[in-house]
Amino acid sequence: MTLSQRLRDIDWIDVWLWVFRVVIILGVVIGITRKLFFGAGTTYDSSDWIDFFISGLSQGGLYALIALGYTMVYGVLFMINFAHGEFFMSGAMASTYLIASTLAASGFINEQPILYLVLVTVAAVLTSMGVSLLTERIAYRPLRRAPRLVPLITAIGASFFWQYIFRGLFGSAVKAFPVPTILEGRVNVFGLDFLKVRLIVIIVSILALIGLYLFVQKTKTGKSIRAVAEDKDVAALMGIDVDRAIATTFAIGAMMAGIAAVLWGLVFKQVIFSMGFVPGIKAFTAAVLGGIGSIPGAALGGFFLGVIEAVGPPLILEGLGAPGAHQLKDVTAFLLLVLVLIFRPQGIIGERLAEKKA
Amino acid sequence: MKRLSLLALLALILSLALVACGGGATTETPVEEAVATEASTEEEAPAEEEAATEEAPAEEEAPAEEEAAGSMECTDAMGCVTVAPGDPIVIASALVISGPNIELGTDSQRGIEIAISMRPEVLGHPVELQAEDDGCSAEGGQAAGTKIVANPQVVGIIGTSCSGAGVPLSAIMSDAGYLMISPSNTSPALTDPEQAWKPGYFRTAHNDLIQGAAMATFAFEELGLTKAAAIHDGDPYTEGLASAFYDAFIALGGEGVGFEAEAADATNVEPLLTSIAAAEPEFLFYPVFQPLAPLLTNTAKTVTGLENTVLAAADGVFSPSFIEATPGTSEGMYLSGPDLSFDNAFYSEEFVPMYQEMFGSEPTNVYHAHAFDATNILLNAVESVAQQGEDGTLIIGRQALRDAVAATSGYEGVTGTLTCSEFGDCADARIAVSKVENGEFVPQWSNAE
Repeated sequence: MTLSQRLRDIDWIDVWLWVFRVVIILGVVIGITRKLFFGAGTTYDSSDWIDFFISGLSQGGLYALIALGYTMVYGVLFMINFAHGEFFMSGAMASTYLIASTLAASGFINEQPILYLVLVTVAAVLTSMGVSLLTERIAYRPLRRAPRLVPLITAIGASFFWQYIFRGLFGSAVKAFPVPTILEGRVNVFGLDFLKVRLIVIIVSILALIGLYLFVQKTKTGKSIRAVAEDKDVAALMGIDVDRAIATTFAIGAMMAGIAAVLWGLVFKQVIFSMGFVPGIKAFTAAVLGGIGSIPGAALGGFFLGVIEAVGPPLILEGLGAPGAHQLKDVTAFLLLVLVLIFRPQGIIGERLAEKKA
Repeated sequence: MKRLSLLALLALILSLALVACGGGATTETPVEEAVATEASTEEEAPAEEEAATEEAPAEEEAPAEEEAAGSMECTDAMGCVTVAPGDPIVIASALVISGPNIELGTDSQRGIEIAISMRPEVLGHPVELQAEDDGCSAEGGQAAGTKIVANPQVVGIIGTSCSGAGVPLSAIMSDAGYLMISPSNTSPALTDPEQAWKPGYFRTAHNDLIQGAAMATFAFEELGLTKAAAIHDGDPYTEGLASAFYDAFIALGGEGVGFEAEAADATNVEPLLTSIAAAEPEFLFYPVFQPLAPLLTNTAKTVTGLENTVLAAADGVFSPSFIEATPGTSEGMYLSGPDLSFDNAFYSEEFVPMYQEMFGSEPTNVYHAHAFDATNILLNAVESVAQQGEDGTLIIGRQALRDAVAATSGYEGVTGTLTCSEFGDCADARIAVSKVENGEFVPQWSNAE
């Protein structure tokens, strides 16, 4: 083969991709080196780095809980449910306005903090599930046999619908989410200094993720969901109620979103009608990052994204000398998403999807 | 089959694109025409101008127009607004009247409504308000501006609430020959000809170079703090004010230990605050909007290293809703804003009672009086430049109107004695700093003293 032939055979897209990979990796390496060894930007001590990491980990737990809804629905319907962020918002808004602020005003919150948290969580989970089941029944089920773009657009419409319904119901102001005083302050575990709420978020999200994984793997309902995910028609032949399995999938995803909503309130202490959008996009990203369709993948993707968002700007961007590094945390997160997808298009632990699923 | 549906989809997308382009073209034509007529009026003989302005009013009023035109004609380089007998003088507002910052906008709109209710008629014509929403965003300002300049009867605009919306809106209204007086834009960029200033832009709110300097003076001299950090969200108002503060603080001899930015829709602000805490600021100023400002306030006290840092924000969140969103955490915080302890008795004895009577609440933000003054300056300018026909027809020249507002000097308004600078800064800028104590704003200090 002559040189000119070889040149002709080169796919320039591949070349560009390689350049892109090299540039990103070089950027990351240079940023980290300059930060750690040449003291670029603000100097952080080890406790600052631990704070960044814990903060990112708990944020990641929230992303992971929301991401489950995306990944499970994708698993059974191969559809991106863009309204899932609003299921999360509906739980947060309804539980804050209807339950939390009333119980806080009466002082119940500090007399029975555990009961308070249980009541708020029940309210959030029920609202999220209700909204989710309604959306599934009214907006998605009639379109089950429609081309795949149709339910996608419907989901975007449903997202706006719920956002403005809740704005109409509760107004557009920022509302404080009351936090019991026993949850304020810090606690020392294994020599690490945690904010109490952050620790709770990490523990609860990990427990919820394990619980969900066991449910899907070990119970009969879980098995039916997996069967429907594998092949709807064959599952129906085996006597599985497909509609019921799909509705259960939505309900479980929304339950996780409802739990995330309460944890979100505890950490950020405020809710607003537009709060579902950004976490929704981030959680969707996390689901793709981990490998959409896979439950452990969504969990891993969520934690990964949360940590990168928190640690990335001070570690990489400040090292590269970017001004206002934290404003660019989304850039860090999405660049890493691109990087992961270039090397592993199926996501971190996603399986290669069969033709019909992809 | 699959290919067929793909083709159909492609056709659908193409046709949609065509429709969109077509729609765009039709909406663009009038603008082009308007520009063309403007250009011709500037260059050609006065006879042409007469013809051009007579085309503007609706057909049914044409006979009355001809009669009046015998004694009056529009000689204004920018064109004129013609108000037929019995028709209202229309002023437009572009304020944030939806979303989390609604209190900022409705408060100003009430100031306008009070001004109109005290002055229901100007030169025998009723005054009417066309209220638009600036959405507190560049897109909102763009939309509101486009909507307003589509109405040729609007004599002037009171707005916008947010500087971010003011930048696109001022460009649109300036090109169309309108004028705007903002009651609450405070970004230095808007009256800086090197940056975003456009002819026809005025404001009765202070320039943030003054507010930033006042906050810096308060922190450095009154509180005696020497290390400060600032956060903005990239919006012209927040960035302008944060850097005005930061520069002034350093100029006074203080140490600037961090100038950071965060996205306005950010969720996890703990890493940002941890970064800032590492530089150990004694004073942290974040002149941002809701929901970012309450989020920062709620998170700051939980970050190691910021427990004793003095927190401060600005007029963008000087509202009861900010305190409601930050129960307990905003306690002891400082907020800067315009000084409302006006010298005149009119404000406390007439204006505020009227506000309470008309809207059933205390003022919800700090720019109602500025909106009131802005409306009166606009209506005064209309009074001074309008040519009045025998039948009551008004012809108001747009350039003359701008000149009249720009000539405002020593005007005794509610907010002080207003004099417009060359680039539209009209405010008698007095800045006060208040402290949140038991969920109330308690005035502490003013730069007027």
